[in-house]
Amino acid sequence: MTSLATSSSATAAEATAAEDHGGHADLRLFGLATFLVADGMTFAGFFAAYLTFRAVNPLPAGSTYELELLLPSINTMLLLVSSYTFHRSGRNLLLGRMGPCRNWLLLTAALGAAFLAGQMVEYFTLPFGLTDNLFASTFYALTGFHGLHVTLGVICILLVWVQTRNGGRVTSADPFGLEAAELYWHFVDGIWVVLYGILYLL
Amino acid sequence: MTVASPNDFQESLQPQGWLRYFSFSLDHKVIGLQYLVTGFLFYFIGGALAGVIRAELASPISDFVSRETYNEVLTLHGTVMIFLWIVPVVNGAFGNYLIPFYVGARDMAFPRLNAVAFWMIPPAGILLIGSYFITGAAQSGWTAYPPLSITTPALGQVVWIVSVLLLGGSSIFGGINFIATVLKLRRPGLKLMQLPMYCWAMLGTSILVVLSTPVLAGTLLLLSFDIVAHTGFFNPALGGNVVVYQHLFWFYSHPAVYIMVLPAFGLVSEILPIHARKPLFGYTTMVYSILAIVVLGLVVWAHHMFTSGTPPWMRLFFTIATSFIAVPTGIKFFNWLATLWGGKLALNSAMLFSCAFIVNFVFGGITGVALAQVPFDIHVHDTYFVVGHFHYIVYGGTVFVIFASVYHWYPKFTGRMLNEDLGRLHFLLTFIGFNLCFAPQHWLGLNGMPRRVAEYDPSFTTLNQISSVGALLMAVSSLPFLYNVIVSAFRGQVAGDNPWNALTPEWLTSSPPPVENWVGEAPLVQHPYGYGVDEDTLSVQAATGRDLWSGAGRR
Repeated sequence: MTSLATSSSATAAEATAAEDHGGHADLRLFGLATFLVADGMTFAGFFAAYLTFRAVNPLPAGSTYELELLLPSINTMLLLVSSYTFHRSGRNLLLGRMGPCRNWLLLTAALGAAFLAGQMVEYFTLPFGLTDNLFASTFYALTGFHGLHVTLGVICILLVWVQTRNGGRVTSADPFGLEAAELYWHFVDGIWVVLYGILYLL
Repeated sequence: MTVASPNDFQESLQPQGWLRYFSFSLDHKVIGLQYLVTGFLFYFIGGALAGVIRAELASPISDFVSRETYNEVLTLHGTVMIFLWIVPVVNGAFGNYLIPFYVGARDMAFPRLNAVAFWMIPPAGILLIGSYFITGAAQSGWTAYPPLSITTPALGQVVWIVSVLLLGGSSIFGGINFIATVLKLRRPGLKLMQLPMYCWAMLGTSILVVLSTPVLAGTLLLLSFDIVAHTGFFNPALGGNVVVYQHLFWFYSHPAVYIMVLPAFGLVSEILPIHARKPLFGYTTMVYSILAIVVLGLVVWAHHMFTSGTPPWMRLFFTIATSFIAVPTGIKFFNWLATLWGGKLALNSAMLFSCAFIVNFVFGGITGVALAQVPFDIHVHDTYFVVGHFHYIVYGGTVFVIFASVYHWYPKFTGRMLNEDLGRLHFLLTFIGFNLCFAPQHWLGLNGMPRRVAEYDPSFTTLNQISSVGALLMAVSSLPFLYNVIVSAFRGQVAGDNPWNALTPEWLTSSPPPVENWVGEAPLVQHPYGYGVDEDTLSVQAATGRDLWSGAGRR
């Protein structure tokens, strides 16, 4: 019965793979990407709610969907540039140039922090608060949830920065930490572009 | 094929023996059993809550518990049974135990994430149950529809949200793990279309989990803002929109039904061929039906909302989409019947529960198609007809399969058999009790008895009492089961490694399996359902790939 269903013949490569039980391909980035799909669905739910609210729920008289455009546009540029700087950092890591890699990382974190500062300035200058009307609530929920992601991203970048020091665990031979943070950062940027489009431009 | 315990694999720092079941173990088999036993604990808690509900409904007036308590109990019953019993057991327990065997791996893709996912469940469960004793539990049902969930006592509702968020997170982590394991961790030489059907079911389920659970999480975050910060997302008094909540909620909670039944479909597809000694009929169509159910399952959610002011085009679309789901589901049922047809059936407990699953689920499926039709749905919406339908799906469907699976895989878990006589008694009591409990609810609903209300018109008394007697029988039925699983663990007949003469990979090692699943290399099982076929035919078919309708049942 057993011989019918199984085949114990294996190539040398298979035998090696089976011996080293922990030695399957590194799936951590795959897992992170799957998680980011899930995270993106949370945002998709928020976006759908916001667009539906906007389509069917009229705001009370006197309130408006208009937002100041200059600051968020600068913020968008900051995030887009930070994606580029992160990319440069990753390239330098793979080439083994740790000095430039770490500098580009710091620049990315600084751009992320600048984005958060800009977001704070915007929050404090807006004429409405969290509970003023449905648009205000949705605005703060969406940008707040995204801001939380940016904050986590900046913390991750700083952690990676620490780990790329001499003797740290992120090296050109094992770049996972930096690659994961980079994937996450690009994801957060992409979400912002959609968010900017539907919140500020639409 | 007795296999010596591979001591050289064991890490000395990990707890050994029974202690490992209380540890942060990374072994998928330990985690699977942790899920299973925890799930059963919550099943008995949820069952006791159901007992309170049926005791209250034994008489038309509210006399057993207060109305507020009744609301808390029905909310806890629904939440516990869905999020702490069925989803963790049918996904987490059997998925973690079986999937690594089926793909020929030593463990899941992310063992540590796996342990984290399990250990999110006990705190969530304690929060949920504890809220009843400390702050008063949520009262708005497992759906937590606003404005009800905004106006009922806030503290219990917030605890409920935190608990469901934890369980949702656990479910997502589990789903990521299953997707990575099935897609990326297969043994070299094992193709996707050679996997046992449960792998496909778990892949489909996990895709649904990853795509839909986060939407529920986001929605509950917004709901908690409404409760805590007095925003108005779902509060019409503040300009909000309750229907948006319903859309977002059902975008998760309709796929959640498939998250609960697809794994059961997978498990039954493993059990039937083994005990019928026949190949699984129509392997390829089974796979594509699962994928079709996954796709369709994501676009049918608004059939729960036909009375929520949905516009006509939406009603039309969701009626048609929902009716379409009957096609892939029907294909699976005919395939199972064809698997049984002419088989050498062993009507043991696992098989009895599996066959009863087919009967129950077909009934629940037919009422489901009926409910998809707008005119009928408007008539019975929010009545006991829906309650009856739903329990035929999740109890008659999934819970019957969980019992079948326990009888089937218990020898693998423990190395000992369960007592067959007690198993058949358990089956008989469960089957009669279940039908007695839930069949009358269809009549009650058709005649207009609303659900979730502690009191009802006295003309409904007899049918409600029949239903309560059925619930009592179901409670009694768990006694032989409990006795059986506890006593058999110590005194059961020794099973041997492969008591069912099965061909699927988990049986091709010792029972219980060694820590690394196999001593040496994992077997390459390319024909997990090759029963009743001689070896030559198998290899010829594997070579020509034209055996879709013949013995091996696969292309």
